[in-house]
Amino acid sequence: MSDYSNIIKDGLWNKNVATVQVLGLCPLLAVTGSVVNAIGLGLATTAVLLGSNTVVSLIRGGVNDAIRLPVFVMVIAALTTCTEFIMQAYTFELYQILGIFIPLIVTNCCILGRADGFARKNPVLPSILDGLVMGLGFMIVLILLGAFREMLGQGTLFSNMDLIFGSAAENWSIKIFDNFPGILFLALPPGAFFGLGLIIAIKNIIDDKMDEIKEQKASPVGIRSKRVRVTGHIT
Amino acid sequence: MALINASSPHIAGKNDTGQMMLQVLLATLPGLLALTLYFGWGSLINCLIAAIVAIGCESLALRLRKRPVIFFINDNSAIVTAVLLGLALPPLSPWWLPVIGTAFAILVGKHLYGGLGNNIFNPAMLGYAFLLISFPVQMTAWLPADGIMQMSFIETLTLIFNNHLDPASVAIVDGLSGATPLDTLKTDLGLSKTVPMIYELPVFQGFLAGKGWEWVNIGFLIGGLYLVYQGIIHWQIPLALLLTLATWAFLFMGYDSDRYGSPIFHLLSGGTMLGAFFIATDPVTAATSAIGRWIYGAFIGLTIWIIRSFGGYPDAVAFAILLMNLAVPTIDYYTQPRSYGHKEAKFGRGKRER
Repeated sequence: MSDYSNIIKDGLWNKNVATVQVLGLCPLLAVTGSVVNAIGLGLATTAVLLGSNTVVSLIRGGVNDAIRLPVFVMVIAALTTCTEFIMQAYTFELYQILGIFIPLIVTNCCILGRADGFARKNPVLPSILDGLVMGLGFMIVLILLGAFREMLGQGTLFSNMDLIFGSAAENWSIKIFDNFPGILFLALPPGAFFGLGLIIAIKNIIDDKMDEIKEQKASPVGIRSKRVRVTGHIT
Repeated sequence: MALINASSPHIAGKNDTGQMMLQVLLATLPGLLALTLYFGWGSLINCLIAAIVAIGCESLALRLRKRPVIFFINDNSAIVTAVLLGLALPPLSPWWLPVIGTAFAILVGKHLYGGLGNNIFNPAMLGYAFLLISFPVQMTAWLPADGIMQMSFIETLTLIFNNHLDPASVAIVDGLSGATPLDTLKTDLGLSKTVPMIYELPVFQGFLAGKGWEWVNIGFLIGGLYLVYQGIIHWQIPLALLLTLATWAFLFMGYDSDRYGSPIFHLLSGGTMLGAFFIATDPVTAATSAIGRWIYGAFIGLTIWIIRSFGGYPDAVAFAILLMNLAVPTIDYYTQPRSYGHKEAKFGRGKRER
């Protein structure tokens, strides 16, 4: 049981694909201009990751180590093509916006990394869970970055959400600032570098604070009360 | 970021960083005066806004980094960054333009790299480039050089602090603003006019170059010469920069005077003098060795000329300086002076005798 909770913790926080492993930077930097793009690419990546982890884990007994990488890439490529066709069929506009970055999911290092680093050595159920949470961890960072860049780059949030969620989501768009000219710098790729850097910095700050708290809890007496008083009156 | 130390003598003068920066501020006065006389009170207000924001951001960053706030504020470097940025902005830019630019310059350009002395890029130019890329419309709305009588101080202040996106004030600014000489040259060359035809336009009715701009540049030249005289900046960088710019402009004017501006025009337009004397010479981000300074200055001059003549932006001082800031560690690496008594190394840095 603790195995599974470790997998979840690793995927979402400790070994987060985007902020710790810093993999899959190309789509991360290129298509996070808005929340809708981020969710679209996040979902596609998660689907491929989930599928590839499952398949790789299933065939792990039958693949020779020497040729494992080509085999994994074939599996991933097949799944990516399926995802691409599905997006083309159901979310055509989003498919056009994301363009080349959907086929490029094949080359996303985090997918091959999880296949080779986790699914190859673990049974099916943990592999499925790993694929799911790793994908979710990636998607959360994508969405955060997309929200940051959409807010400051265009002054809106959740615009065009109907591209994924259908016509019910047409008026989800929130205008954050009136008459906002938009900081073009953040809408362009350099803004993604800055945004990712800030997200990683914030995560590191939180990690440091957590460690501090853990240390304080671990020592049976408080850190400040460790010194023994040797002078004066003991009250 | 200086990788090596300049050569001897290492005797420290009476000038500490704070004194030096005050001298730099003093030297910007002739240029600021010319800007105010020709373009109104806007530049002065920009500088003030930027300076206040700079001090605020500097204190915030120092507090976050747990450094002594008062000690570092007293070196005045944040104010110099702010004033240089304020001088580079269009006079009627809305108040949030200097605020965003200065905050970016100080927080990202300076303190994320480790504060004064550790920044790779000139913070003021980083802020300027950030603004130019983010808000191209506001950043190119310069005023025609109609003199200080155009608008009173209070009017300018109201316009700057008014919501700039409210249609009424947009109309005022649009009605007032015009292209700079460099901008005009670029646009009209695109319309297949020749340079002599363009020089007939009203923006160019100065006695040497663009109206008003020539005096702004001469003002910064005077301030810059004062800095050289005081020994605060080294003469190699501005000289190399201006010489290269003038030489290339001269060569290409000789090649086709219909399509390339004259050397005088290039030297006295846009941010040439401000860049040459005040920004390229920043002791933190400029090359450190004597030969290195020549190379650094010359390549800035060349890059300015190339971008002005062939690039997408009318002026190029900021981009040229930022590009060469990147090259400074390499330049310093290869031009490190040989220390006395040591033979020249066959390869590498030549630091140790083999």
